Amino acid sequence: MNQATAPAIELKGISKAFGPVQANKDISIRVMPGTIHGIIGENGAGKSTLMSILYGFYKADSGEIFIHGNRTPIPDSQAAIAAGIGMVFQHFKLVENFTVLENVVLGAEEGGRLTPSLSKARKLLKQLSEEYELHVDPDALIQDLGVGMQQRVEILKALYRQADILILDEPTGVLTPAEADHLFRILEGLKREGKTIVLITHKLREIMEITDTVSVMRRGEMTATVKTAETSPEQLAELMVGRKVLLRVDKEPAQPGRVVLEVENLRVIDGKGVERVRGIDLQVRAGEILGVAGVAGNGQSELLEVLGGMRTGTGTIRVNGQEIDLTGKHSDARTRRKRGIAHVPEDRQREGLIMDYYAWENVGFGYHDDPEYNRGWLMNNDALRDDARRKIEKFDVRPADCWLTAKNFSGGNQQKIVIARELERNPDLLLVGQPTRGVDIGAIEFIHQQIVALRDAGKAVLLVSVELDEIMSLSDRIAVMFDGRIMGERLPSETDERELGLLMAGISDTEKPHDAAEVEQNLAHARGKVM
Amino acid sequence: MEKMPKWADVALIPLINLVLALVVSGIVVTLIGEDPFEAMAIMVRGAVGSTYGWGYTLFYATNFIFTGLAVAVAFHAKLFNIGGEGQAQIGSLGVALVCLAIPWPHWILALPVAVIGGALFGAAWAAIPAYLQARRGSHIVITTIMFNFIASALLVYLLVETLKAPGMAPETERFPPGTFLPNARDIFAAVGIEFGRSPLNIAFLLGLLACWLVWLLMWRTKLGYEIRAFGHSESAAVYAGISPFRIVMLAMLISGALAGLMAVNAVMGEQQRLLQDNVLGAGFVGIAVALMGRSHPVGVLLAAILFGALYQGGAELEFETSVPREMIVVIQALVILFTGALDNMVRDPVKRMFLRYGKRDPQPGTTPAE
Repeated sequence: MNQATAPAIELKGISKAFGPVQANKDISIRVMPGTIHGIIGENGAGKSTLMSILYGFYKADSGEIFIHGNRTPIPDSQAAIAAGIGMVFQHFKLVENFTVLENVVLGAEEGGRLTPSLSKARKLLKQLSEEYELHVDPDALIQDLGVGMQQRVEILKALYRQADILILDEPTGVLTPAEADHLFRILEGLKREGKTIVLITHKLREIMEITDTVSVMRRGEMTATVKTAETSPEQLAELMVGRKVLLRVDKEPAQPGRVVLEVENLRVIDGKGVERVRGIDLQVRAGEILGVAGVAGNGQSELLEVLGGMRTGTGTIRVNGQEIDLTGKHSDARTRRKRGIAHVPEDRQREGLIMDYYAWENVGFGYHDDPEYNRGWLMNNDALRDDARRKIEKFDVRPADCWLTAKNFSGGNQQKIVIARELERNPDLLLVGQPTRGVDIGAIEFIHQQIVALRDAGKAVLLVSVELDEIMSLSDRIAVMFDGRIMGERLPSETDERELGLLMAGISDTEKPHDAAEVEQNLAHARGKVM
Repeated sequence: MEKMPKWADVALIPLINLVLALVVSGIVVTLIGEDPFEAMAIMVRGAVGSTYGWGYTLFYATNFIFTGLAVAVAFHAKLFNIGGEGQAQIGSLGVALVCLAIPWPHWILALPVAVIGGALFGAAWAAIPAYLQARRGSHIVITTIMFNFIASALLVYLLVETLKAPGMAPETERFPPGTFLPNARDIFAAVGIEFGRSPLNIAFLLGLLACWLVWLLMWRTKLGYEIRAFGHSESAAVYAGISPFRIVMLAMLISGALAGLMAVNAVMGEQQRLLQDNVLGAGFVGIAVALMGRSHPVGVLLAAILFGALYQGGAELEFETSVPREMIVVIQALVILFTGALDNMVRDPVKRMFLRYGKRDPQPGTTPAE
């Protein structure tokens, strides 16, 4: 790197507070041009706030921004675009029923007539896609494209606006391992062309794999900036959390007992008449964790919801040998709980918690008709509060205040409240969906320990997760779902990410070599149903 | 993101809304050539300046308590019941049928049965839109407003064809004296206090009781817990095993029953016969009352008294000045507009103000926006 060049981005003393909360404290950072710079930190560490300041969504309370050595105030996103900054958000901002081309041009049209802009964009798009392996059909509708493709459109959008600094916020959250690899190849290509890339992530592996330098954030402060080659995942994790963390799950081999959950030919049709689960058979035994892997939207959520009593389905489900009502009067979640099924849902904010309820109200949620929480006609709020205080202490929920509403807890602590509520019921079968989505590393460790402890107490656990790392480290057996079916079952010790990735893409014969295009097509097909 | 203190939410914002409404009303009054301060003074004096004024204010307030609670209960289940008007009209039919059915010997016997009659009829009228919402997904706003028209037409038909008393007017016979509810004037006279002549009657106490019962229901019972949970998040309610059908039905039945109870005050307590138009827009005022009262019974009670005062003060204004009747309606509408519909116009700036200047008051448990 040429020492004389100014940094592509230099932030000096950026601070930002939301009310009493200091989201960014005196942050300074230099990103050299033509490098990939990682920013890593737990949820709530202030990564997204910092990038939103750089992209003009928030105004910093103090501090300065320099782009290529020039002091550049960024009051709004137009100014950011003018300064050559492009942003790819975690949740894409695309118009679903527009074509790729229309989305790329949207907001950057020249003149009153659309046609000249479109034909100009078409040429540029062709050129860009050849340069950077960014192949997308310019006339395809966004709604027909898979997530990986949509992400490419977002990148193209930024490049079309002549961005030479690209910020990506958690870009791999929705991708399969193969798609993530492809994205990284694209990013490498962009870097070779002299673009500067800022990658925001909470995944240590990605940082190690692709970045040149990495900055670690903790509680609104930049705790360190190091060369990636000179650090290790363990060191980064420690910098993020502020203490030593166990990165792998410590567990003994499983001791499977009797069959607790038996599923036969389960089918689920959703509200739109699409069959989401297409004939599933599986078993979970006492004392084992069955992990269900798959790309989001391949029927895992529906499987979990049927088991948890949130949807109806057909087929047979037996728990402890007793058949469960799937469509009738007793197919609701309340009855499931009485049969010893606890459920940590995939989306704690939409399902697991009432965000406007106090922590103590949430502690009884779903079990609120338990005699423990009732006194005649009225609810026994004192009992609820006592129980909440006990669980908050036992599961180290912070802040330890049962009079806070759920939305005032961080993601990890919200999840601890759900986990405390469901695990303390001592269920025979635990259903867990995405237990650590949006949860900080410290809490991930704790939550994983709790799930393993439940297994060791001889309970059956069905885990659904789109995080392969989590599936690999927690499960005693892995089932991979694709397009509503189970493509295969593997033992974690006898498989690897490559093989699981192929199964997730719907290829059951994992021995023979595969054409990348076939995998791509398969995935697009599977997701097409979801979009 | 940080929020503003609770007192600002429940007291400051409604107050600012009210002041804004009065300022705009003042401008309107000035425009038609009256002195706005004089008009204001007449309204305040008329509403709370005498026992007579208080009597009318609280009488109107009683109507608004019932319709306001009705809207509030439905709000908690995220149902926008704008059919309070129709439910109150059908409720009045229930009360009238009870009062006319037998020659009641004493109001103590008639009152509980009339309460049941009004509540049942009101609930029944809410049940049909509720069922259509819960089972068929027909939007409750559309169906309840349609049911207002049907209720009104039904009442006209009954009063013209079947229930009409001899004479010209489409109204029933006068209720038997055994159904007359004790009036505030009589009650106060019994303890030696002079109270002006007004329609205020013991149904006001029934309104206070209803406030307390609704509070008990929403915050102390399992059903209230489930209704509020459902209102916050339907998907979470399903996760918890709460049946959306059951909640929509029960919340609307309770809501309709409360609206129906308004007739105990208006029909049994004042008119003492069933008239064609006995609700007089109270069902719609209930929406503003519930909005302003943040759907909490205490808030509803205070907002109902405010609107009662506005009604009574407006009537006095019409009586004493050349401000026309329509102008009174405009002023009332402005208050509804500012406190109900334009709530967010004030809320957001006030919230931002608190965010900007509230930094030195750290609160635990807040997380940065990520």
